Amino acid sequence: MSRAEAATGPAGIDVGSASPLWTLGLLRSELVTTFRRWRTLALLGVLAAVPILVGVAVRIETRDGSSVGGGGGGGPAFITQITNNGLFLVFTALAATLPFFLPMAVGVVAGDAIAGEANAGTLRYLLVAPAGRTRLLLTKYATTMAFCLVATLVVAVSALTVGALLFPLGDLTTISGTQISFAEGLGRALLIALVVAASLIGLAALGLFVSTLTNSGIAAMATTVGLLITVQILDQIPQLHAIQPYFFSHYWLSFADLMREPVYWDGLVKNLELQALYAAVFGSAAWARFTAKDITA
Amino acid sequence: MAPYESDDTRGAEEVDDLHSVRRKAARYVVPVAVVGVAAATIGLVPALADSGDPDLPKITAQQLIEKIAKSDVQQLSGTAKITTDLGLPNLGGLESGLISGATKGGDGSSADPSTKLPELASGTHTLRVAADGPDRQKVSLIESAAEYSLIHNGKDVWGYDSKSNEVYHGTADQNGKKHRDEVPATPKDFADQALKSVDDTTSVTVDGTAQVAGRDAYRLVIKPKHASGTTVGVISIAVDAKTGMPLKFTLTPASGGAAVVDAGFTQVSFAKPAASTFDFTPPKGAKVTEEKDAKARGRSGERGAPHKKFAPQRGLTPQKGLAKEGTKVLGKGWNSIAVFDSGTKGGIPSSSGKGDLGGFLGSLGDHVSGKFGKGTVFSTRLINALITDDGKVYVGTVTKDALVKAANAGQ
Repeated sequence: MSRAEAATGPAGIDVGSASPLWTLGLLRSELVTTFRRWRTLALLGVLAAVPILVGVAVRIETRDGSSVGGGGGGGPAFITQITNNGLFLVFTALAATLPFFLPMAVGVVAGDAIAGEANAGTLRYLLVAPAGRTRLLLTKYATTMAFCLVATLVVAVSALTVGALLFPLGDLTTISGTQISFAEGLGRALLIALVVAASLIGLAALGLFVSTLTNSGIAAMATTVGLLITVQILDQIPQLHAIQPYFFSHYWLSFADLMREPVYWDGLVKNLELQALYAAVFGSAAWARFTAKDITA
Repeated sequence: MAPYESDDTRGAEEVDDLHSVRRKAARYVVPVAVVGVAAATIGLVPALADSGDPDLPKITAQQLIEKIAKSDVQQLSGTAKITTDLGLPNLGGLESGLISGATKGGDGSSADPSTKLPELASGTHTLRVAADGPDRQKVSLIESAAEYSLIHNGKDVWGYDSKSNEVYHGTADQNGKKHRDEVPATPKDFADQALKSVDDTTSVTVDGTAQVAGRDAYRLVIKPKHASGTTVGVISIAVDAKTGMPLKFTLTPASGGAAVVDAGFTQVSFAKPAASTFDFTPPKGAKVTEEKDAKARGRSGERGAPHKKFAPQRGLTPQKGLAKEGTKVLGKGWNSIAVFDSGTKGGIPSSSGKGDLGGFLGSLGDHVSGKFGKGTVFSTRLINALITDDGKVYVGTVTKDALVKAANAGQ
């Protein structure tokens, strides 16, 4: 459907000099295609279910006034604070989904970006349009990043809703022990969601690069998710501490530093720098591969 | 074939195959260049940022020590990094498990400072400190997605462990000072201890200048005069040129290698911290342990025990740390050895008393024998301890041989 629009829509535009308006049209059609897929909707549904599960579980466990996890401090970050303030469910849900659920969803979408089109035989039709390969690649990357943001916001909004329904809201205590108002807490929650979304940029670029290497969408998705799992495991092995700071997932949990007072920026800055580096390296590698590749499907 | 293709690779293919292959390969230069630039940045920026040692007026060691003594920093906030490498066997979580296991009688609060701060004795930790006069201080131990804060505000002392959401509450007149003395955390705490141990067996010199946390500082070097016997190599303290506040403390063992204790500010400001920093209200639903409740459970008596383990470290020289009843000090200065009777036969202190723990500890030590009989030596990179089979304990920042010699002489 949108493939056809994409191919016929720009009729009349000069060869090789597509207007920015046209790029927006391509982006819009890509976004619509991506977010209309059942696969994408199912992924978002799973992500939205995680906070519900965590919230209900904590609610049932603490119904009789006992503390979460027996007070041992186990489980995902912030989970013990949920009972004081429902807003903490947002942070807990993001901490619970960031190591695996969120990047897995991003890996599926990013891996599918180019290879999926090639697999379905639609890639060459997309390239017939006067967008050029670079522009198509950028559009695909922008779509993937939009998915990162939407997926994170789905988790955050679902968590906020569940948190507000099941737990009290109000002024909250930061992990440094100081108090901030609920409005500021909401602001920080939004900031944290943005940081979490930005944490996925590196993986999105990696997935896009993998996607240009193969013509099989499944292979690209499996490779990306496989890389994610491998890196997550390697990040746990203490003997590898020398290379761990260069893993894209190494500083993911640093988003929690936004809940300190004053905010501790070291890890956050390192995380964003690392994501930018991954985006630059694998983005340009994807460009080098995609613009030089023979498109046979 | 592809009339709208803006890239020229396709056309080029047919015209000049070789040319096209080169062009394709050339594209990969971009990601490689990005990696190269990133690697160069990571490698070069710290080197460039190190602008060399600052120029400061000459100062004698005596003047510098006076400067530290006169230093009256009331207001500060900053971030400090402390790395402790005592060379203890790497037991992973077990070690801290043993420490807290020995400390708490099962249901102790994880927010109790005496269970939390001994964690500083190994590994690298980031601390945030803030102070505003003698009545308001805060120390926070930064953990992954959690934080442990110890807040002293007026007559209240709060401990807050965000991981378990537990709160510990005490009162200041007995506690505020005590907790700060118990475990040294800031470079100043360490420096104070080191300067206390300065006597005629010690050489103190000023060794140039340094930049610490973006501030100009003098480097004070403390060395034992007679190097044989002691495990302490060099203590180096960076003292802020303006305020006289110690900014960095490094203790290197005589055996060389990495520093045993390395505590320094990575960022420091002498402005007044926001008043809200010291405000604390226990969050709703948090479990609050009152100090007197903890005492009522008879834990205050126990609390002394685990600290004995850390006492030598905080005293740096044993006569300061272990000057308790029943303790004798042999020798003087850096070579002094503390001797006390653990009151147990069998060589392993029963205070560890958790069944197999004794045998486990025994397997960690080296067995030695001499005129004094038989015993077990527990070594770290700084402190060595000899526990003889008749229950005597010799502890000091001295080598194993010096301990055996002292035990032989004491016989």
